[in-house]
Amino acid sequence: MGRTLLQKVWDLHAVRPLSTGQTQLFIGLHLIHEVTTPQAFDMLRARGVGVAFPDRTFATTDHIIPTLDRGRPFADPLAEAMLSALERNCREFDIPLWNLDSERQGIVHVIGPELGLTQPGMTIACGDSHTSTHGALGAVAFGIGTSQVRDVLASQSLAMSPLKVRRISVDGRLAAGVFAKDVVLEIIHRLGVKGGVGYAYEYGGSVVDAMSIDERLTVCNMSIEGGARVGYVNPDETTFDYLRGRPFAPDGAAFDRAVSWWRSMASDPGADYDDVVEIDAADIEPRVTWGINPGQSVGVTGRIPAAGSDGGAAEALAFMGLAGGDPIRGTKIDVAFVGSCTNSRLSDLREAARIARGRRVARHVKALVVPGSQAVRTAAEAEGLDQVFREAGFEWRGAGCSMCLAMNPDRLEGRQVCASSSNRNFKGRQGSPAGRTLLMSPAMVAAAAVAGEVTDVRTVAAAAAP
Amino acid sequence: MPTREIDRIEGTGLPLRGDNIDTDRIIPARFLKAITFDGLGDHVFEDDRAARPDHPFSNPAYAGARLLLVNDNFGSGSSREHAPQALQRWGIGACVGESFAEIFRGNALAIGLACVTAPPDAIRGLMALVEGAPAMPLVLSLAERALEADGRRVAVAVEDQVRDALLSGTWDATGLLLDDFDAVRGVASGVPYVRGF
Repeated sequence: MGRTLLQKVWDLHAVRPLSTGQTQLFIGLHLIHEVTTPQAFDMLRARGVGVAFPDRTFATTDHIIPTLDRGRPFADPLAEAMLSALERNCREFDIPLWNLDSERQGIVHVIGPELGLTQPGMTIACGDSHTSTHGALGAVAFGIGTSQVRDVLASQSLAMSPLKVRRISVDGRLAAGVFAKDVVLEIIHRLGVKGGVGYAYEYGGSVVDAMSIDERLTVCNMSIEGGARVGYVNPDETTFDYLRGRPFAPDGAAFDRAVSWWRSMASDPGADYDDVVEIDAADIEPRVTWGINPGQSVGVTGRIPAAGSDGGAAEALAFMGLAGGDPIRGTKIDVAFVGSCTNSRLSDLREAARIARGRRVARHVKALVVPGSQAVRTAAEAEGLDQVFREAGFEWRGAGCSMCLAMNPDRLEGRQVCASSSNRNFKGRQGSPAGRTLLMSPAMVAAAAVAGEVTDVRTVAAAAAP
Repeated sequence: MPTREIDRIEGTGLPLRGDNIDTDRIIPARFLKAITFDGLGDHVFEDDRAARPDHPFSNPAYAGARLLLVNDNFGSGSSREHAPQALQRWGIGACVGESFAEIFRGNALAIGLACVTAPPDAIRGLMALVEGAPAMPLVLSLAERALEADGRRVAVAVEDQVRDALLSGTWDATGLLLDDFDAVRGVASGVPYVRGF
């Protein structure tokens, strides 16, 4: 019987069975940032334990940093204390830190792939639920909490229970204006926000095969929004082409040896899956969330579901101030945000810029574009995307998590409605307890920014720029 | 390593109705801007409580509760351990629900906060019971996989590995993971990308 990538990676990294029945799993790459690590380092010190593999641990800063004024000390003393703690801890334990002055700084899930740190067949851990992102390159990547960060720092391993594997096959061709974000919103909508609990999601099919790595990163990123802690795509030529020449990828003859090993780690044809789901790409429209979890989305030409349609719809509609039965199109927005570990890569910015070019952000809308890394920012500027955005009335910012979770100065105010390319529309997620989030693709965000309301990007794209 | 064996969690209950209650609601992100977990208990469900004065965590009848009763997919979203930390620091010793999000449950286990499940109608029954008599003592026994309330016994489910880790006091995994560090080195040395291909 064939094995899945998950099973191959699991078997290779299994250290030993633990007395509790869990498996001790070796972690090949540990990515850390300022928010979920200070307590972990304190616990190490309190126990007199060191960092087991500092050379397999890499740090950056993303969640708390301002995207406008990156000067130190930060205006917010709490943010300053967090970055100072990370700097101190990295110095003390000899961990490389890509800080604000580094061209390698950025959102942890953007820089891992970008630097070639993330590779097929690896186990990866990071104190952030969107660690599932790294599965786009065929890694098995776990989001963990702070005590588990401590465990990985101390032992380069985790106590884990096995996962089942659900193969999600998306076949056919995506229509113009339909993006990876729409694919994953469709998957979460169909399978539910807890459908993936206990599973790793393996994404495949002709649509996923045809996706770029950036697009696969978007899909894997939101696995956790469907309840799946792990999501991955089997490594293929697209993966190998992406990795070739990146700073931490092997080079020369080692690269060729790596490719043959990476290829061997992909799921075997005829691998045994615990569940299989098939989705026809023709059914997928640009999607927009109307509720307070990422499963609550509709196609842009659809209507907002009635209050009684699912258990949480009434609460969601009341919070969102939306009426069941109304079209989602035409929903007024106050803020437009292109960014986050879901959609802040160069290809995302290009798609948003394609819509923004030659148009103007609606007068009542505050719009910002936040590149996922300094490298993305530099590359976008080299193409003149910053100019396109600025001329259209978008703000062009420094790299960071920004308004996805508002642990920095970028946040909603009052009951503002935000068209957002991020990953979570939870109550209060974007920094205002009453703030409201509509998740969509970066192109749809740009279209909403221009129209001042939710609009179908396909209509905007078809019309000549004014 | 400092760990303690956990079997029985006794005290009053706190029913918190609703599916998919995410960790952003349990502890909003602004309270993650700190380098310790101190004081998180004061901010548990801060925004939900402000929006809803009759929120169960604000109801004096439930002050001092030890067992949190929840519905489906509790703790979804962010991997912030701050969420179970905030609940534990408020005084919660165990969560009994229809189901839990995976990362939340792992984080809860790592700090010795038991999460056990029971079928929806059993949870509904327990919630109604506690709402009618908030001072009623509840007893959760992990060894017996049972919750006792008002002379009734409700069967609860908990994964063998989770139950064993709590009962044996190995829920704080660091010690266990360092017990045989040579084995970790051995596996590392056999992994192609660690060897450098």
